[in-house]
Amino acid sequence: MTDAPPPIQALQDKVPSAPPRSQWLDVWSQFRKHSGAMVGAGFLVFITLFVLVGPYIWTLDAQALNMRARDIRPIYTALWDSGAKVDWAHPLGSDNLGRDGLSQLIAGGRSSLAVGWAAMVLTLVIGTTVGVLSGFVRKLDGPLMRLTDLFLSLPILPLLLVAVTFFRQPLRAAFGPEGGMFVLIVTVVALTSWMPTARIVRGDILALKEREFVLAARSIGTRPLHIILRHLLPNVLSPIMVSATLGLATAIITESALSFLGVGFPSDFPTWGKMLADAVPRMEDFPERVLLPGVAISLTVLAVNYLGDGLRDALDPRTRGR
Amino acid sequence: MLTFAIRRLVLTVPTLLFISFVIFMLLQLAPGDPMAQVPLTVPDEVKQKMREALGLGEPPLIQYAKWLKQMFWIEPKVLIDWMTRESALFGWLPDTNLYQGELRVLSWQTRSPVMDIIVQRIPQTLWVVGLSYIVGILIALPIGIYSAYRQYSVFDQAGTFITMIGFSIPPFFTGPLLIVVFSVQLGWFPSIYDTTHVVNDWDSFVFQLRQMILPVLVLALQTTAQISRYMRGAMLDNLRQDYVRTARAKGLSEAVVVMVHVLRNSMIPVVTVIALGVPSIFGGAIITESVFKVNGIGQLLITWLFANDLPGIMTLTFIFAALILLFNLIADILYGILDPRIRYD
Repeated sequence: MTDAPPPIQALQDKVPSAPPRSQWLDVWSQFRKHSGAMVGAGFLVFITLFVLVGPYIWTLDAQALNMRARDIRPIYTALWDSGAKVDWAHPLGSDNLGRDGLSQLIAGGRSSLAVGWAAMVLTLVIGTTVGVLSGFVRKLDGPLMRLTDLFLSLPILPLLLVAVTFFRQPLRAAFGPEGGMFVLIVTVVALTSWMPTARIVRGDILALKEREFVLAARSIGTRPLHIILRHLLPNVLSPIMVSATLGLATAIITESALSFLGVGFPSDFPTWGKMLADAVPRMEDFPERVLLPGVAISLTVLAVNYLGDGLRDALDPRTRGR
Repeated sequence: MLTFAIRRLVLTVPTLLFISFVIFMLLQLAPGDPMAQVPLTVPDEVKQKMREALGLGEPPLIQYAKWLKQMFWIEPKVLIDWMTRESALFGWLPDTNLYQGELRVLSWQTRSPVMDIIVQRIPQTLWVVGLSYIVGILIALPIGIYSAYRQYSVFDQAGTFITMIGFSIPPFFTGPLLIVVFSVQLGWFPSIYDTTHVVNDWDSFVFQLRQMILPVLVLALQTTAQISRYMRGAMLDNLRQDYVRTARAKGLSEAVVVMVHVLRNSMIPVVTVIALGVPSIFGGAIITESVFKVNGIGQLLITWLFANDLPGIMTLTFIFAALILLFNLIADILYGILDPRIRYD
């Protein structure tokens, strides 16, 4: 028995200097470098907590009328106008029916964000399903893409207006005044904005399904549904996430626009767009009633847009590490 | 190229028919009765006759066919008659008199032909929307070019921030905001667009300019945000190409490299984006028109929606759809003309 020969240096495995980093850790470290996206994400978390937890801290009812405390200015007006009618009980003032400004802002944000998130999820579900089906099933590709083209050439805002004006009555009977409007707006926004997601997902799926790992999965007898769920969908997650942020922004703006044109939620149900629209006739005397909901909408959408920008940079391996 | 254009044009026809059919059926589903406002004392059989007089007696498919005939056979005849009678371009031709008093698409609200009302409203929309689109493009292109040339500079960061704001602040917020600042506090511009105003001398021209500034600003902010993003992206793609290095290496001045070599190549996608954006600006102008009380076609759609005027809504929505298809077609053809690498065969 002789000793084993010393291993040749060149054939030795290199010991990695650091433990391997997961993909999501890479994404996170790139995302952190985008300061705008970090601020946007922080603001989105803040505004979500504000509308979720807010009603438990500030317990005034947003729809309670109080004729004795109407037209109160926000507390900061006292800084430059000592004669202004301000009250610590209503820090953001109250409207012409005495409804508290802060609790209206919270309740309005609840409905606006709820519409935004729900419409975004529905948009993604429709868009991803259409995209995956037309990318994966060759027979469906032609018809589904023609359908996408058709939807892309529809006039979106006019059709939204038509649908919301004409179908509010039956849905109101079925789901109640607020629930019916919620279902209607979410469905209509989703039905009119799924097309870009579908196109992007289809393109990626078409390229992915020719790759070796899909062939390997197929050769060991994986069912198509399983291939889609386990192997394809995780790989198209990044474009889906980017279009999710765009969808959230569009949905919030669309809901506010409908409320502004007077075809949104019923009049006693606060949303940011509705508060803004109601305040416009008296905005010379009470500019804060236009500014507060308007700034809330704009900041939320701005935050979401920056978040999307940062996500796009962080999820794209070509821009990562620059 | 020509065969491609003709083939696309032919393909557009069934799409247009299908879209109009979908819109028509959607409107058929809509609840609401045009006779709902008629007093209850009117007997039912009279109401039924009134419905038939509005064209509601026939089954939906026949109604649709009749709408098609009115829209594509009778309305063009009216148009040709008008052109040979009054327009400056074809007025020298003999009067045609094709239109013999057949039934046109009538608005339920005013009982006058829908197309006449739309034609009355189009100039206001075109002036405000069209001008704002041009202003937006003129602002966006230099911003996009410069911020791509100096990527990550202060100008680029500021430009990115401003375009993000343009994307994020909705027109129903910027509109009232500008009104408060510029017409209430400063008193520079009127807050309401006066559509009866006639421009006939210098003073009235200045007034027209002043009343157009605010709506044009609101709409131009949105356009600028979108187009300067595309311009920046396209310039960045091209600035990294080999031919730019070659151009610099052979001693061309920086102005020639950027403004001639890079700009011309970057304009290819941007021009198509500009063409694609034209119809959406018509739809997006609905809000701006209602903020500034411009009585254009967007505002007309809102009025008709609240009045439940189905023939008007049908025709107007169809016109919006036709505009989108038309500009899609124009964008495709422009792309082929501008970029010789693309061959549609």
